[in-house]
Amino acid sequence: MSAQTTTADKTPAADKRRGKGEPGSGELKEDRRRGRMGYWLILPGFVFLLLFFVLPVFSLLATSLYTKPPGADIGQFVPALEFNNYVRMLGSYWPELLRSFAFALIATVATLLIGYPMAYLIAVRLRNHALLRGILLVLIIAPFFTSFILRTQAWKQILADEGPVVSVLRAVALLPDDGRLTATAFAVVCGLTYNFLPFMALPIYANLERLDLRLIEAGNDLYASGFTTFRTVTLPLSMPGVIAGTLLTFIPAAGDYINSSLLGNNRDTTMIGQVVDSRFFRVVDYPGASALSFVLMLAILALVFIYVRRFGTKELL
Amino acid sequence: MKNSFGRWLVPVIGGLAFIFLLVPIAYVFVFSFNDAGRTNLTWRGFTWDNWRNPCGAPEVCAALGNSLQIGATATLIAVVLGTAIAIGLVRYRFRFNATANMLIFLPLATPEVVLGASLLAQFLNVGAELGKGTIIIAHTVFCISFVVVTVKARVASLDPKLEEAAADLYASPMQAFWRVTFPLLLPGIVAAGLLSFAISFDDFIITNFNSGNVDTFPKFIYVAATRGIPAQANVIGSAMFIIALLIVIGGQVLAHRRRKMLAAR
Repeated sequence: MSAQTTTADKTPAADKRRGKGEPGSGELKEDRRRGRMGYWLILPGFVFLLLFFVLPVFSLLATSLYTKPPGADIGQFVPALEFNNYVRMLGSYWPELLRSFAFALIATVATLLIGYPMAYLIAVRLRNHALLRGILLVLIIAPFFTSFILRTQAWKQILADEGPVVSVLRAVALLPDDGRLTATAFAVVCGLTYNFLPFMALPIYANLERLDLRLIEAGNDLYASGFTTFRTVTLPLSMPGVIAGTLLTFIPAAGDYINSSLLGNNRDTTMIGQVVDSRFFRVVDYPGASALSFVLMLAILALVFIYVRRFGTKELL
Repeated sequence: MKNSFGRWLVPVIGGLAFIFLLVPIAYVFVFSFNDAGRTNLTWRGFTWDNWRNPCGAPEVCAALGNSLQIGATATLIAVVLGTAIAIGLVRYRFRFNATANMLIFLPLATPEVVLGASLLAQFLNVGAELGKGTIIIAHTVFCISFVVVTVKARVASLDPKLEEAAADLYASPMQAFWRVTFPLLLPGIVAAGLLSFAISFDDFIITNFNSGNVDTFPKFIYVAATRGIPAQANVIGSAMFIIALLIVIGGQVLAHRRRKMLAAR
């Protein structure tokens, strides 16, 4: 049944039609046609997603259980139920998996601490400066066009051992003489924070943009402290934006490997995405790489599910 | 003054955040004028040469061409399929509504490595040849979800009574859609298109899994990073940034003027 049925019945249009004495069956028939129209609208897109998203996930699951027959060439695997692939991969790479979640978590908290004031500045403080607001908003999105690898590479050069930042920090003794910024876990987390900042700021902005400023004024009248108003009025109202932002940051950050491969050191900063990439393309171990990807997907879905259950709104799921 | 703490805290953090966001872009821009030679790592002197001849490193331009073509095609497909889904999901009720919403949400909740790896597993299993086609398919998957989420918000804010009014005035459902609904949805559709083009243009991980030996702009830079990125890549990165900025700011200024004119009336 179409949702239109309930709304349409209350509208003057429906009353008029009924008033004209049209039989109820005619109206029903029209509603059913509109219902079928809905299926035609969503069908092509969902067929696409079924073919190129759902089916591939099952392909991944199947591949993760493949086995290599004795004497096979490189990259030759046969379908099997080799659960040992999971044991083998998790046994070797659980530190990378945990590290990925830890880095992603720290970066998500950092983007939230930076991105929220950023969004608040544009959406609330500059509410009446349409042009400036528009320009700042564009500045958040436009970096995508410079290519994030080029920008990450730029950070690598800015923070390099012989670069300006390191020399200054060493000169003022904030960094020991042999201290460095690149090739450290700190650099990787900073890179993640930098690259996913727009994904945090934009959803929060989209939410705060609709916030009724009179609520803040009322809060100020009642609580008379900016921070209390923020904690009891603004923040709870903007939670849907915060949740969307944290998900859009945490999920890709956990799977990212550009930052760890450009800003890391290949010893104690390796993230799980790097492992998947090298098992696929260097080691040519498709089953192992697929098993790791599948574990990553399940782990993230489980975390997201718990998170959305705990803090979530109906808007998302 | 109790409020003063928050009063300066927000502009200071927000301002620093914008500087943080723009510092590497400034670096890329400055080094696009470097008389670099093979590697663009240290400053060797100012030159216009890279800007005069951005295709001086021919692979850069070929990769850029691929990226533009892939971004435009994936965006077009995603906008058509995604807008239809958004309208369908908001305006009609289905028995499997929750499942449908879940299917839209899942590609966004899946890290790029997993999306890339699963499509690669699929393409390997069916023996598809990797290239532009497989990249476009891969990009369309995540672009659709972004389009649906963006356009859905716009459809939900539209009053269905507008269409009913059109129907009362004897517009056919098609006329009502193209003359009333579509123009009202257009800003949302344009925003969704820009977003999905930007994300497709900047994607590396999914592309890397499904591209075979086709280079895109980000993939070219990633591969070049080990042996030195040519200064022409900085030129193109800077130029794309400036073009995107001009287009959108131009649109903003026009919209601003129109708002002022309407307000003056």
